[in-house]
Amino acid sequence: MTGNPRSNDSGPLLSVEGLKQYYPVRGGILGGKIGDVRAVDGVTFSVEQGQTLGLVGESGCGKSTLGRAVMRLEDPTAGRVLFQGEDLANASGPELFRRRRDIQIIFQDPYSSLNPRMTVGEIVREPLLVHRMGTKKEQVKKVRDLLATVGLTGEMLDRYPHEFSGGQRQRIGIARALALDPKLVIADEPVSALDVSVQSQVLNLMVKLQRERNLTYIFISHDLSVVEYISDTIAIMYLGRIVEKGPVDRIFERPAHPYTRALIRAIPEPDPSRRKDAVPLQGEAPSPVSPPPGCAFHPRCPFAIEECRSAVPSLEPLGGTDGHRGAEHLAACIRKDEI
Amino acid sequence: MKTEHDLDPSPPVETVAPPLLEIEELRVGFDTEAGLLVAVDGVSLRGEAGQTLGLVGESGCGKSVTASSVLRLVPVPPGKFLGGRIRFEGKDILSMRRSELGRIRGKEISMIFQDPMTSLNPVFTVGRQLVEVLRLRFGMHRKEALERSAEMLSTVGIADARSHLGSYPHELSGGMKQRVIIAMALLCEPKLLIADEPTTALDVTIQAQILHLIKSLQRRTGAGILFITHDMGVVAEMCDEVAVMYAGRIVERGEVGEIFQRSRHPYTKGLLRSIPRKGVQRKAELPTIEGVVPSPLHLPAGCRFAERCWHRKDLSEGEQRRCFEEDPVLDGTRGVACHFPLVGGGA
Ligand SMILES: Nc1ncnc2c1ncn2[C@@H]1O[C@H](COP(=O)(O)OP(=O)(O)OP(=O)(O)O)[C@@H](O)[C@H]1O
Ligand code: SF4
Ligand SMILES: [Mg+2]
Repeated sequence: MTGNPRSNDSGPLLSVEGLKQYYPVRGGILGGKIGDVRAVDGVTFSVEQGQTLGLVGESGCGKSTLGRAVMRLEDPTAGRVLFQGEDLANASGPELFRRRRDIQIIFQDPYSSLNPRMTVGEIVREPLLVHRMGTKKEQVKKVRDLLATVGLTGEMLDRYPHEFSGGQRQRIGIARALALDPKLVIADEPVSALDVSVQSQVLNLMVKLQRERNLTYIFISHDLSVVEYISDTIAIMYLGRIVEKGPVDRIFERPAHPYTRALIRAIPEPDPSRRKDAVPLQGEAPSPVSPPPGCAFHPRCPFAIEECRSAVPSLEPLGGTDGHRGAEHLAACIRKDEI
Repeated sequence: MKTEHDLDPSPPVETVAPPLLEIEELRVGFDTEAGLLVAVDGVSLRGEAGQTLGLVGESGCGKSVTASSVLRLVPVPPGKFLGGRIRFEGKDILSMRRSELGRIRGKEISMIFQDPMTSLNPVFTVGRQLVEVLRLRFGMHRKEALERSAEMLSTVGIADARSHLGSYPHELSGGMKQRVIIAMALLCEPKLLIADEPTTALDVTIQAQILHLIKSLQRRTGAGILFITHDMGVVAEMCDEVAVMYAGRIVERGEVGEIFQRSRHPYTKGLLRSIPRKGVQRKAELPTIEGVVPSPLHLPAGCRFAERCWHRKDLSEGEQRRCFEEDPVLDGTRGVACHFPLVGGGA
């Protein structure tokens, strides 16, 4: 592991504070700005080195935008991204370029995220070339080592992505993400496009790499079972905000936010003796262009009271008796302690 | 090729009603540049009214080709029927005239696809498409049909149904479009509903709503359902019977509880074990099925799962040779196509 003089051993590897990412909505006769899509609307969280933060939510809730914002692929509208205590949102030029080595991303779609005209060897080596890491000989050796690490053989070096299965392509994507020895890997739906038998192979690989390299993951997924398996901490997003956050076992044992409860209840379990006959959560998530006032979840929430229509709940620790553990468990719901 | 199975047609003198859907030894291929690809290779299935039959398996195993064959929706060419029979209430679909098939399609048999735009016309409003269905199926008048359509849209959970009659498909979210398709299917009151991954593209809370809807549709109309999915959770939730497909063939079938609790085919059991589920220790190594599905252009002799089979590795050399050389046959209602089936036990 490359030692960093400025690394801050005591603090979290990554902290995100009050991050907002808005996109303008244009319209009208003149095509002027008529509003904002509040894709990420004030998000705060941190991740410790070697841990996995699971980021869960349904399509359009802002989880992928959040991942991209952490990568600094876009300039945030507001807020800070601190990596080892340094503000990435203000970093620019060479500093940002150097920082990019430490944070890498794995995408959902192993079919479109790899350049079809490059060989596997070139794909995995590209980041090393861009960042001028090592001599040619060292780079070639590194590529071979990386392929071996993800369970691919050297003879695959000169072949093209289309010759590989989905699981193999995802391994190629992982090898490429690891080329620069990152500290943080953002995995955006990394197994969603894969069949279950292959999905478990890739999950095993990710867990093994985390152990061996003390990697930190932000694991973005809509699949709660997968997130439960791989995460230490979970954050649940709804319409651009985190509505609940806490240690994974706490969230699954005692979900506090009505949306989290509905989400957990909605997963079809692979057990025919436990079918669900209850009426599921109704309605759909509203548009992030015109979010409802108050708690954004109130139109669908079975527990909503008058106050939920006007007061925006903030993410706060759960009350109750189990002290320390409870303090790590936060929810943004006015009624979190009564329901 | 197997000749014997439990799906033999009913006796020539019809005393009992024929099964709703009967697929026998279906073989479907595609002409490709690399040669003939046999996508479905001897599939037999039977669906009954009021029952849901699940068809599961990994991508490319032939689920959709099997399902689309029932309505002859496989494009010919490049598609080719290579053999077998499909009967709907005893009528032979594959030899039926186009006009007769047209009368069945969208009336007695409805289909829901993963992509709702397969069934919606982008240039007509939702209302017009629903009304059309009712006029064709029941000869209903426009006004009455509009009324029924609006009712049905609210039944499937579309708020403000009346104004949505005037919406075009592109103005609706994925979940709403899928609801419109289900409304269409409900209006037809089909005897058989074929649902090909109807919720795969949807969010989990919307999926739960749609699955709930399909169940209530079935309770109301007593329709038989052929439900295609690759999600074992959805199978457990929806199906009475299950058929597991691998590389163009059915490797195991039976009652849903049996399949989940006492899988007898190593592939089925492997599939069930590899799902991260409640109670699996966090970050513990998940059981996997090593390797990949064989290409349908280069199918191996013998058992198509043999290369990846974890169970085979415990067998003697002679037994393993049998796996690689001899085709296992699916037999019995609780069938398993394996020379050395598991004795059965929890996954
Ligand atoms: N129009 C076509 N031309 C050529 N090959 C085809 C065509 N349609 C399907 N196939 C092939 O037939 C095989 C079975 O495909 P099918 O679509 O039935 O799989 P599936 O089980 O539905 O998979 P998925 O879970 O990905 O939907 C595949 O190898 C596929 O590539
Ligand atoms: S026939 Fe042999 S190889 Fe095939 S599933 Fe059974 S044991 Fe495994
Ligand atoms: Mg399909």
